[in-house]
Amino acid sequence: MDWKTLRAAFPRTVPVLMGYLFLGAAYGVLMASAGYPAALAVGMSAAVYAGSMQFAAVPLLAGADPLGAFALTLLVNVRHIFYGVAMLGKYRGAGSWRPYLIFALTDETFAVNSAGQVPPGLDAGRFYGAVSLLNQSYWVLATALGCALGAAARFDTRGISFVMTALFVSIFTGQWLDSPEHRPALAGLGAAAVCLALFGPDSFMLPAMGLIVALLLAMRPWLEGSGGTEKPAAGPLPAGNRPDDPGEEACP
Amino acid sequence: MNGMTLAVAAAVCAGTVLTRFLPFWLLPANKPLPAWAAYLARVLPPAVMGLLVVYCLKDVSFAAAPFGLPELACMALAAALYAWKRNMLLSIALPTAAYMAVLYLL
Repeated sequence: MDWKTLRAAFPRTVPVLMGYLFLGAAYGVLMASAGYPAALAVGMSAAVYAGSMQFAAVPLLAGADPLGAFALTLLVNVRHIFYGVAMLGKYRGAGSWRPYLIFALTDETFAVNSAGQVPPGLDAGRFYGAVSLLNQSYWVLATALGCALGAAARFDTRGISFVMTALFVSIFTGQWLDSPEHRPALAGLGAAAVCLALFGPDSFMLPAMGLIVALLLAMRPWLEGSGGTEKPAAGPLPAGNRPDDPGEEACP
Repeated sequence: MNGMTLAVAAAVCAGTVLTRFLPFWLLPANKPLPAWAAYLARVLPPAVMGLLVVYCLKDVSFAAAPFGLPELACMALAAALYAWKRNMLLSIALPTAAYMAVLYLL
């Protein structure tokens, strides 16, 4: 990576910087308050690099169910498939940067790299690489910062795990407001609540995931026929998951 | 931290890498997604976010005082703040601070 490309990429990543600093630090504080070593938190931000799922995995890391964690990861990150489909062309000629570009394709990096033109005179693959690398460096640095903050906290940190609840409620609200079709969201809430009541807090996730997929597949004739599920300008992305403003949805 | 923690971390990592690389592996010729896959990828995100919201409440006791009221009130605050300002920082920081204050005072 050269300075010229990094200098050209940096201004594009500033809105992401703000969001990632806050959420990455919140993740680090949460991991520290849950008693995990900083190496695990920073390692997750480096090797997983998927905000919502990293938050959802905090309680899972204390458990003993890798298979359940894997299944939840697939469901939470299924939206990545849209980003990949949309970036197939742009990332095709990216040369040696290509594997990293695909690995680091978060909501925000997608927003920056799918919308912006590569400045003239610069190699496209390297420019996309600079954007991706800068964004992930903010996320990893913020996580480390949050771990240090969490470890140094002398105040009562009970309830800090509510950052996760507030994050998911915010994303849920955004998706709700952006889409005229609320049945998938209601199916998710309802199926999860029913399974929680039936199976209890420690074993409801797998049945809930199965029920949600089954329900949505059964609802397909109605949901696909209703026509109101996608906004005209949504392109390849689901309504409510279009990161047109990278500073707004600040979660990789 | 034990071996099981690392196994869970590895599973989350593998699942994430899979969802990111899958379209690049399966669609080399710029083909569109199969209709059922496109449908699931469109309707699953809001449903899964509903699941995650319930997941955050799984250990809350609604049968005993304070009946989950601090959680529900702060969640309503987060939803209202996000709907109003569309600012993730605000809708996370303020409700979390409010929730911690409530726990501290109770």
